[in-house]
Amino acid sequence: MATAISVKNIGKQYKIGAAESKFRYNMLRDVIVDTVSAPIRLAKAMVGRSDRRQNQNYVWALKDVSFDLEEGKVLGIVGRNGAGKSTLLKILSRVTEPTIGMVSVRGRVGSLLEVGTGFHPELTGRENIYMNGAILGMRRAEIDSKFDEIVDFSEVTQYIDTPVKRYSSGMYLRLAFAVAAHLEPEILVVDEVLAVGDAEFQRKCLGKMGDVAQQGRTVLFVSHNMSAILRLTQEAIVLNKGQLVIRAPTQEAVDFYLSSGQAQAGERAWEADEIPASSAPFRPISLRVKDRSGKVVDTVRSTESVHVEFEYQLDAPITGLRVGFYLSTMRGEYVLTSFDTDEPQMFDQFDSRKTGRYISRCVIPADIFNEGRYGLGVNASSFGVRRYFMDENALAFNVDISGAPGTQWPEPRVGPVRPRLAWKIEKLD
Amino acid sequence: MTEITKHEPTTVYIKPTKGLAALNLRDLWIYRELIFFMVWRDVKVKYKQTLLGMAWAVIQPLMTMLVFTFLFDRVAKLPTEGIPYPVFSFTALLPWGLFVVALNQGSRSLVAHNNMVTKIYFPRLILPMSSVFAGLVDFVIAFVILVILMFYYQVTPAWNLLWTLPLFLLLAIITALGVALWLSAINVQYRDVNQALPFLTQFWLFATPVAYSATVISEKWQVLYFLNPMAGVVNGFRWALLGIGNGPDITLWVSTGISILIFISGLFYFRSMEKTFADTI
Repeated sequence: MATAISVKNIGKQYKIGAAESKFRYNMLRDVIVDTVSAPIRLAKAMVGRSDRRQNQNYVWALKDVSFDLEEGKVLGIVGRNGAGKSTLLKILSRVTEPTIGMVSVRGRVGSLLEVGTGFHPELTGRENIYMNGAILGMRRAEIDSKFDEIVDFSEVTQYIDTPVKRYSSGMYLRLAFAVAAHLEPEILVVDEVLAVGDAEFQRKCLGKMGDVAQQGRTVLFVSHNMSAILRLTQEAIVLNKGQLVIRAPTQEAVDFYLSSGQAQAGERAWEADEIPASSAPFRPISLRVKDRSGKVVDTVRSTESVHVEFEYQLDAPITGLRVGFYLSTMRGEYVLTSFDTDEPQMFDQFDSRKTGRYISRCVIPADIFNEGRYGLGVNASSFGVRRYFMDENALAFNVDISGAPGTQWPEPRVGPVRPRLAWKIEKLD
Repeated sequence: MTEITKHEPTTVYIKPTKGLAALNLRDLWIYRELIFFMVWRDVKVKYKQTLLGMAWAVIQPLMTMLVFTFLFDRVAKLPTEGIPYPVFSFTALLPWGLFVVALNQGSRSLVAHNNMVTKIYFPRLILPMSSVFAGLVDFVIAFVILVILMFYYQVTPAWNLLWTLPLFLLLAIITALGVALWLSAINVQYRDVNQALPFLTQFWLFATPVAYSATVISEKWQVLYFLNPMAGVVNGFRWALLGIGNGPDITLWVSTGISILIFISGLFYFRSMEKTFADTI
């Protein structure tokens, strides 16, 4: 089978602070100063005291990355923020050039990260479909032939001749996605589509991705959602600090990623200025999610128990205090609420807490969560007396469902919980 | 239905460009429809939600012409080589208007579309190009007004010279595009361009024989004066339409030479900066 993408030793160097300061809003003034002082630098360079490179801080966003991808394969790309995933995708889609190395790409590269690029609020849905299609590199004839399909998929048929500025954000997003989804590139690049839209829309995106993969197109899929990566890709690469660490079958790569401590720390610490004065004498310090081995993790496995820790300081004794958390889905539905003194004997024992530092721990047993991202909120209050502190979105973590009940079927399961239930099957006749 | 896309995929090599970047006109050709759509969109959006709509394309040069007529004809009584002043100045306002649109829209085109630049690949040249082409639509509308004005003032066009008008229009486009290429690429890194534009436009207007005749410039300064490429364009328009002036002489060649120089160097500067656009914008 032919090679669709061949990446050879590519690297991308950025100046540090490229996002702000000098490099970005370079004032002509700086250049003039720079130009004036150039002869001095030149002189220094000539006597071998060049300070040019050392003076400026460069950082390799991507370094020495090589891999080949055959046509029709789906490759997952895993890594924490800043690992170089986006840079890699930008190079592959020709938005930016590598500093060194070479990539050869066979075929048109389309990407779902450009959803809605070039949409103009004043133009109608119909006009924007053509405009966006052209931006994504579609021919007019191609857009003509897919127009009805796009409109159907977007579910905005009756508003197609209304300017998109009158659309709801959902309609806007659906239309934008519909255009991108009907582009038929040989290579599709998907960067965290799951970060936008409601759950329904995300399901649609994932479904479309699965279709594309089945049509034999080459797909590169970047996501923080390990379960999506596991479901949609056979193989994955892990990037860490700009370097390719491992390329392996997805399960192995994900295991490696989750166990190597690269996964983003599932910890929330409160700084002094984040704590409202009204919460005194209660002072939150940190909230952590840990895996079975006690490591702070961003992604937990549904098949293992999850440890939640809330650390706090009492600057004065509090009577009747209960400290606990809310668990909610990313759609904002509450899954459960639990307090450390829910058990009567705990409540008796900690009826009054003295001044000092505390930690409230609990274990959420295995086989509770379904896949996806969950939010943890915290609450510290004395029932019927006073609520000291509350933060409903303190922390979020991912749940990876590999090995969970029913995962032999690669389908999403509805509902926020996925318990392992004791089924029995009896034959009655 | 999908046959259209079932072509043999071409292989693209992505690597760092060293030295002078090739112009890559092939890509520009592949994306020609995008130029069309960008122009179409610019024109469509420009007068949306305005009460007067396309009439603005007429009102703007017309009002400028009226102000000029009052100031330079009634008050200052500048010589116009026998042409009624309104026609005299409006003829110059046509290419000037095109140039101003290119200067302002073109120079801001990359920054204005930074979401496109940082997200997808397409030949970046398309952005300044389509800004300039969008200005052509206004040009055509204003041209109709000029024809009406000429009828009204009973000015006979220089029939024998009229065929040269497309050439001067081309020169106007090349000049406008050349400047837009330079400024848009500089603007990506140095937003000083945004600040300098209003001043630059004004200064350039005074340095160009729009409101006055180039004949007021003394003989010995003529060549220097025509280092301003727009001076050649404006004079050429007057010559082709009204039959006044000397026609192609040394001054026109100087202007044309400068135009082409700005255009070619602009193309190469733009192409060499293009690779950093997405990182610096």
